[in-house]
Amino acid sequence: MPIAKVNGVEVEFEPGMTVLQVAELAGEEIPRFCYHERLSIAGNCRMCLVEVKPGPPKPQASCALPAAPNQEIFTNTPMVKKAREGVMEFLLINHPLDCPICDQGGECDLQDQSMGFGRDGSRYAQNKRAVEEKFMGPLIKTVMTRCIQCTRCVRFITEVAGQPEIGLISRGEDVEITTYLEQAVTSELSGNVIDLCPVGALTSKPYAFNARPWELKKTESIDVMDAMGAAIRVDARANAVLRVLPRVNDEINEEWNSDKTRYACDGLSRQRLDQPYVRIDGKLKPAAWAEAFAAVAAKVKATAPDRVGVIAGDLQDAESMKAALDLFGGLGVKSLDCRQDGAQIGARPRESWLFNSTFAGLDECDAVLLIGSNLRLEAPVLNARLRRNWVGRDVKVGVIGEQADLTYAYDYLGAGPASLASLIKARTGFAKILKDAQKPAIVIGAGALAREDGAAILALAAEAASKFGVVVEGWNGFNVLHGAASRVGGLDLGFTPGEGGLTALDQVKKGGADLLFLLGADEIDLSATDAFVVYLGSHGDAGAHRADVILPGAAYTEKDGIYVNTEGRAQMAQRAVFPRGQAREDWAILRALSDHLGAKLPYDSLAQLRVKLFAEHPTFGAIDHAPGSTPAALDLTAVGVKGEISDAPFASPVKDFYFTNPIARASVTMAECSASVAAARGKLLAAE
Amino acid sequence: MVGILEDKDRIFTNLYGLHDWRLAGAKTRGAWNLTKDILAQTPEWICEQIKNSGLRGRGGAGFSTGLKWTFMPKQESERPHYLVVNADESEPGTCKDREILRNDPHLLIEGALIASYAIRAHTCFIYMRGEYVLEREHLEAAIKEAYEAKLIGKGNIHGWDCDIHVHHGGGAYICGDETALLESLEGKKGQPRLKPPFPAGAGVYGCPTTVNNVESISVVGTILRRGAEWFAGFGRRNNSGTTLMCVSGHVERPCNVEQAMSIPLKQLLEDHCGGVRGGWGYLKAIIPGGSSVRMIPAHEAETALMDFDSLSSLKSGLGTAAVIVMDQSTDLVRAIARLSYFYKHESCGQCTPCREGTGWMWRVMERMATGEAEMKEIDLLLDVASQVEGHTICGLGDAAAWPIQGLFRHFRPEVEARITAYRAGRPHVQGATLAAAE
Repeated sequence: MPIAKVNGVEVEFEPGMTVLQVAELAGEEIPRFCYHERLSIAGNCRMCLVEVKPGPPKPQASCALPAAPNQEIFTNTPMVKKAREGVMEFLLINHPLDCPICDQGGECDLQDQSMGFGRDGSRYAQNKRAVEEKFMGPLIKTVMTRCIQCTRCVRFITEVAGQPEIGLISRGEDVEITTYLEQAVTSELSGNVIDLCPVGALTSKPYAFNARPWELKKTESIDVMDAMGAAIRVDARANAVLRVLPRVNDEINEEWNSDKTRYACDGLSRQRLDQPYVRIDGKLKPAAWAEAFAAVAAKVKATAPDRVGVIAGDLQDAESMKAALDLFGGLGVKSLDCRQDGAQIGARPRESWLFNSTFAGLDECDAVLLIGSNLRLEAPVLNARLRRNWVGRDVKVGVIGEQADLTYAYDYLGAGPASLASLIKARTGFAKILKDAQKPAIVIGAGALAREDGAAILALAAEAASKFGVVVEGWNGFNVLHGAASRVGGLDLGFTPGEGGLTALDQVKKGGADLLFLLGADEIDLSATDAFVVYLGSHGDAGAHRADVILPGAAYTEKDGIYVNTEGRAQMAQRAVFPRGQAREDWAILRALSDHLGAKLPYDSLAQLRVKLFAEHPTFGAIDHAPGSTPAALDLTAVGVKGEISDAPFASPVKDFYFTNPIARASVTMAECSASVAAARGKLLAAE
Repeated sequence: MVGILEDKDRIFTNLYGLHDWRLAGAKTRGAWNLTKDILAQTPEWICEQIKNSGLRGRGGAGFSTGLKWTFMPKQESERPHYLVVNADESEPGTCKDREILRNDPHLLIEGALIASYAIRAHTCFIYMRGEYVLEREHLEAAIKEAYEAKLIGKGNIHGWDCDIHVHHGGGAYICGDETALLESLEGKKGQPRLKPPFPAGAGVYGCPTTVNNVESISVVGTILRRGAEWFAGFGRRNNSGTTLMCVSGHVERPCNVEQAMSIPLKQLLEDHCGGVRGGWGYLKAIIPGGSSVRMIPAHEAETALMDFDSLSSLKSGLGTAAVIVMDQSTDLVRAIARLSYFYKHESCGQCTPCREGTGWMWRVMERMATGEAEMKEIDLLLDVASQVEGHTICGLGDAAAWPIQGLFRHFRPEVEARITAYRAGRPHVQGATLAAAE
């Protein structure tokens, strides 16, 4: 490897690195504003100036300069010091310096770097420039006078999100960042520009003036808004979650978050179930835990096990599902189901319900077929990853299903299963692209499986996979993209109907089950059932509305829990705050209930539960490990069940991105987003 | 003889538009003569000839044109090569390309064909300044004639396919920077690109591109016809050739003239412009190379030669050889303040020092012009200028700083006197007594 000298110290570096990266290898901190590892290089802030020999006798922007062998890089010379002070002074002359009232205060790059690299005072005695505020929608608050025109937001929204809705207009000192016509940013990833903004120009609107960063308790956790299991940091003060930020996890979300992940957190303090309720004379009345348990126990004892149904919702942690499985399985209940959308999946092998290539595997694949998935709405961050590969590596994408704007170009192959069948028979077009690809991938969306012929479609997809060589030695591109964070965990646990048991959709039919136990299940139509409904969950949503007994549970920020993402990667979420009021962690409620039912569960702590869980289901113990990273053989002929397939087109289960779960539906911010996006779309339609 | 260049050695023989600018007229003046024979030579030979002629880019930076051409890849890959002619002449004081475009467009077209061949390009874009409407009409008409006469285009008589497209800019000074020009040409906002990569590696549409000034390209045909030695025979070593000089300001007859390099500045003014208004003794300062170079005072102008080396030894520059003459009646501070406004107005706003610094400098200059500024602000201003100079993506930062540096290098006492005078009559102004005491 070539060698360069940084301040006289020799450093080995990989060819293609920039001077800035080499300096960082040597442990030198280079201040920067516009440069960001995951965005294109703009080189416009000029903060990263260093001295380079050989080279012109003036400082060079290190972020954009390729490092060369035997180059001498200096970051501590008087020239560099003066350059940094000069640039910092320029950045500050028109900056309002309103740190005391700025939400970025305490986590502001400009603040930190002016302390580290700036002069002690200002020499600018003229009036400062002021810039008009811009409207950017319900999420992004703007104070544009603070903007330093680094264009990170422009580059993010253009390159990563793929929706060029933010831009830099005018020139010279009049340049302004704007959404052009004062329109709301409609990207599902728009919140990331707030993190990217190195100053307080773009801040979080819902979080405005709520807290200072040093007041917050930061908890590293896992997101449950979709099945990706993005890495998040939950910031809470006292017992309130104030914001959710992304953490870096290159294998999953890189550095991004969807707006739902980030902003649905205000739903955690609304519509909460904070004490048990029992329905008396048709009305839900507050009750003590003992009364609620007694009511449930009485009903369970009075009902034959084959008339009891248990449905796990989309946000459930593995531990609570395990506890429910142990409890009701022990009572002889067979009708357990974690697939409230009716997805026809869950027959082994395990690989048949996983995203086997892993998300990072998309960085290697060269052709992707999306079946029945609107990736942008179902997993926006994953969509951005696919887009990155489309931009950078020209990955070919084919779509069967909704013809939606995915922010990249794709071959549209048709709307329904018939198109998939004809693709398998085809020899030209996208079939040829898939066939010729070294590492092709198929992504089967939840929409393709949550229908009566789902198993047959899965089998058809498997047929396509074997036809196009999607599963070969060392590569498994057979991918199922779930919509629910709990789904893979549930399937791994075997939270599916046993011999003679009813599926979720059958349980809620008229005369299906006499006693329904809903474990946070809110996405299922309960209008037909005449069962006695017990709802264990955190929010007063559809399930609680219909319930006869409500057992208040914990939301995902309020419990330690394991979630298995769609890749099959088990990840541990951490408790950030305590459950509300009398609410308790879900597994503990089930444990307490088991006492009342006389079928005491054999664990008294979460640790004991986990020991049992890991012993019986070892995959849960492989924390943070995605099985697909070491591809196992998958017998595609064993995937799905061949059968009749209807002609109905695929439909994405996500009708409104901002309303997919009880937490999001309780969130005012999400409601505003939904309205704002609908308005923006309406305006567009009107303009067309 | 007027000046030092004989009429027979002039390249731009229709500089003043006295003759026919169309194809027929241009041919009688020598354009398109022997072009086929030139293109029969190898591209390497042409580059070598241009290198030997000592032609340095006429757009201001003065980089060897022949050498620039050799930076292009020797073989065309799947990425086509492009020649881009920079006709975005917007520098205050400079108006030489305008005359070529108006009155001798065929020299440019011929040069573009030869240069395209030399860099193995089949497409040439001419990026025209937005305000040049008549010039565009002439050039487009000339290109049409050339196409009709099969001088250019596919299957032309010269045997090198070359299409020439004229692109009309929006009228922004910054688009005269070669990479901003490429951005603008691609339909984007005219903001300079980071270098490296240089255009020869990744230029317009990411393909190898050479960007040359109109004049640099227009002289190529004549140089090759008359030989590199002929062109190299004018001017001092390393400053060879003839060039168009644009004289404006306080002379009797402002004019554009083609002259040999290294002509004494004083001779240029006396021979061609009727001298400084009110006599040489009334001269105050001269900006010798377009608004962005530093000015030189009268006593230095006395001995200055119009070439790169002489003027840079005076801490100025030849730039585009646009001489702006200012006599004793000139308010130099106000003049430079006006230039500062120009650069503030034309800054693209991309990088920090230029975006923020040009405005700062202009505001201080405005107060210097009235005398309202404080004495200590002079050093502050110079420090700010040094913080802008050399810290920006493109040269506009330098161009904004140099006029101010030139002013204070030679006329600092004048500014100080103004500040003092302003304060003298206004005892209530802060620092007035101090200034008076000094």
